Amino acid sequence: MQAEITIRSGRSETGYWRDLWQYRELFVFLAWRDIIVRYKQTVAGSTWALLRPVLTIIVFTVIFGRMGKFPSDGVPYPILVLAGMLPWQFFSNAISSSTHSLVNNNSLISKIYFPRLIIPISTFGVAIIDYLITLGILAAMMAWYQVMPTWRLLCLPAFTLLAVAAALGPGLLISALMVEYRDFKHIVPFLVQLGTYVSPVGFSTSAVPEQWRMLYACNPVVGVIEGFRWCIYGGQAEDVDKPLSLSVEGSLISCGVVLILLVLGVWYFRRTEKTFADLI
Amino acid sequence: MESDTVIHVENLAKRYLIQHKNLSNKKGGGKMLSERMHSAAKSIWGRFFCGSGIETSRATSEEFWALKDVSFDVRRGEVLGIVGRNGAGKSTLLKLLSRITEPSRGEIRIKGRVASLLEVGTGFHPELTGRENVFLNGAILGMTREHIRAKFDEIVAFAEIEKFLDTPVKYYSSGMYVRLAFAVAAHLEPDILIVDEVLAVGDMAFQKKCLASMEETTKQGRTVLLVSHNMPTVLSLCTRAVLLSGGMVAAEGSPVSVLETYQNAYRDGSFAVDTSNSDCRLLRAWIGTDSSASQRSVPMSEAFDIQIEYEVLNANSRNFVPYVQLDTDSGQCVFHVNPENISRAGEGRWRAACTIPGWMLNVGGYQVTFLVVGFSANSYDVCLNEPSALSFTVVEDVPHPGRYAYAGHVPGAIWPCLEWKVNKQDSPPLSLPYDSL
Repeated sequence: MQAEITIRSGRSETGYWRDLWQYRELFVFLAWRDIIVRYKQTVAGSTWALLRPVLTIIVFTVIFGRMGKFPSDGVPYPILVLAGMLPWQFFSNAISSSTHSLVNNNSLISKIYFPRLIIPISTFGVAIIDYLITLGILAAMMAWYQVMPTWRLLCLPAFTLLAVAAALGPGLLISALMVEYRDFKHIVPFLVQLGTYVSPVGFSTSAVPEQWRMLYACNPVVGVIEGFRWCIYGGQAEDVDKPLSLSVEGSLISCGVVLILLVLGVWYFRRTEKTFADLI
Repeated sequence: MESDTVIHVENLAKRYLIQHKNLSNKKGGGKMLSERMHSAAKSIWGRFFCGSGIETSRATSEEFWALKDVSFDVRRGEVLGIVGRNGAGKSTLLKLLSRITEPSRGEIRIKGRVASLLEVGTGFHPELTGRENVFLNGAILGMTREHIRAKFDEIVAFAEIEKFLDTPVKYYSSGMYVRLAFAVAAHLEPDILIVDEVLAVGDMAFQKKCLASMEETTKQGRTVLLVSHNMPTVLSLCTRAVLLSGGMVAAEGSPVSVLETYQNAYRDGSFAVDTSNSDCRLLRAWIGTDSSASQRSVPMSEAFDIQIEYEVLNANSRNFVPYVQLDTDSGQCVFHVNPENISRAGEGRWRAACTIPGWMLNVGGYQVTFLVVGFSANSYDVCLNEPSALSFTVVEDVPHPGRYAYAGHVPGAIWPCLEWKVNKQDSPPLSLPYDSL
């Protein structure tokens, strides 16, 4: 017998997560759409995927390395920047695209039913592709500077997941808020830009005065970036005696903030989801 | 729920809040945060100083019940037509049924997989090719990749776009676009198919193909819900119809009887008060001279009038021109006419009569559609559109002068008496070249 569904006011559908599973292929299709649409009608085509991160790295290395003169944890400065940029770029790309995703797909939302969570989550596809490309560039740079990774590199997938979680929480929250309050369209780019300067992208957290580090760790991206650095070049000969630039407590605070934001994001999204079609 | 009932709708209601600030209307997109904060602050202020904060927030929004208390059942294999004037709540009902939005009250129970086609080509991306869009659109409509792959050739053949498969759909003609979009949806094979007006676009041949495919769908025991303004479609395709009026079920039953109720409202002008604040509204429409008794059948030999009364509420320095469109019951347009030399027709009540001469229309059933178009210097707006507001039958009261001894059916939507010149070429030419041989 076919499944029977009941639609009633204010009743959270029990089949929601089952629906989400049934529509799992849609994640892939929407992500795939975003990826191929991005390079349609461009001359350079998918070369842009490579060019964009390379150009950004050059800018960062020049600005922070030449002008800022930040300490570099004993690794070549470009490696430090790139190891920080890898999660940061992912985070900012994922946030920018996921927060706008509901508003950009308003025709889908007002004309067809599927679990709405698919829309913001599928935008992570593009960010992940960029992430993988940057990872490739990083590998090449490490080979060039002869920085050998240690066993810690094996933890990278775990920190990648942490980065996804860090972006997902605020992404879901703001995308749902933007349906009703378009103000966030203007707030998000500002936040992302601000984040570039307050997150340890161009410098190491060790540049932050000791007494402020715990507060600094409340920035969810701090834990992610320092985690990436620890995986990629932590335990190099030069800094083997130095304490970690971010303590264990600091990492836990950062992870806690990530988790709280994620729960908050999913909760608010699920709560407002049913009104999207009426408000958008 | 009985065993063969697939959709059960009970006391369904949907409320919208209409914002009365000029900044945002119902579909105007998100509110400004500052507005919300402002009204929150106002309500706190009000609670402290006036004792109640509810009064102030009520001033900015008004309740609008798009649907109030709708109940009906649909059985397996039925084709249910949902008809009603603009703003009767048809689209809201479909949105609720397809789970796009949530009801404010009441309950819907659905058995089986639902696919809804509220718009042709939802989710088509203009930059993607036809091939890519088939996969994307199929996934959005809930098909699995294997299912799409298995049906791919059929979809392409149905849409007749083989040659343009790898062209971005932004270069497609609107006909190709519609064909491809419908083709994807037609191969969805859901248990329940919900369709809203999608056949209004596309050419006749393709419309026929779509209707045939929908008929095929119902033969396989599937259920179809169809919203249409096209009465001939409803009459020919639906097994049952529901008439919505002002958010309520006004009639339910066979398509013919529902259509009857629908058109009666036009004749006596008794339709529910129009809540849409349009620029022009229809007051009454009838056929013949007597507005209280609209003619249902008209003799072929005599001229008759199609009359409408309408009111222009907000002229905005436009010139309002009434239109009459006549379609046969099979959906073929006979003509679409308007009076010439109308100028500066502005606010007020208007009555328009269009005289159809005798010996003009052929025997059969006809549907009358009214439009009022507001023209400004270099643009126009369709301010009123009432499809199939009236219908009538033409009967051959006296034999058509062109009949002679023929008593059968004469083809054509019209059978006019035209001016002929038939002369007998009596005297053969005096000298033909070969005669002189």
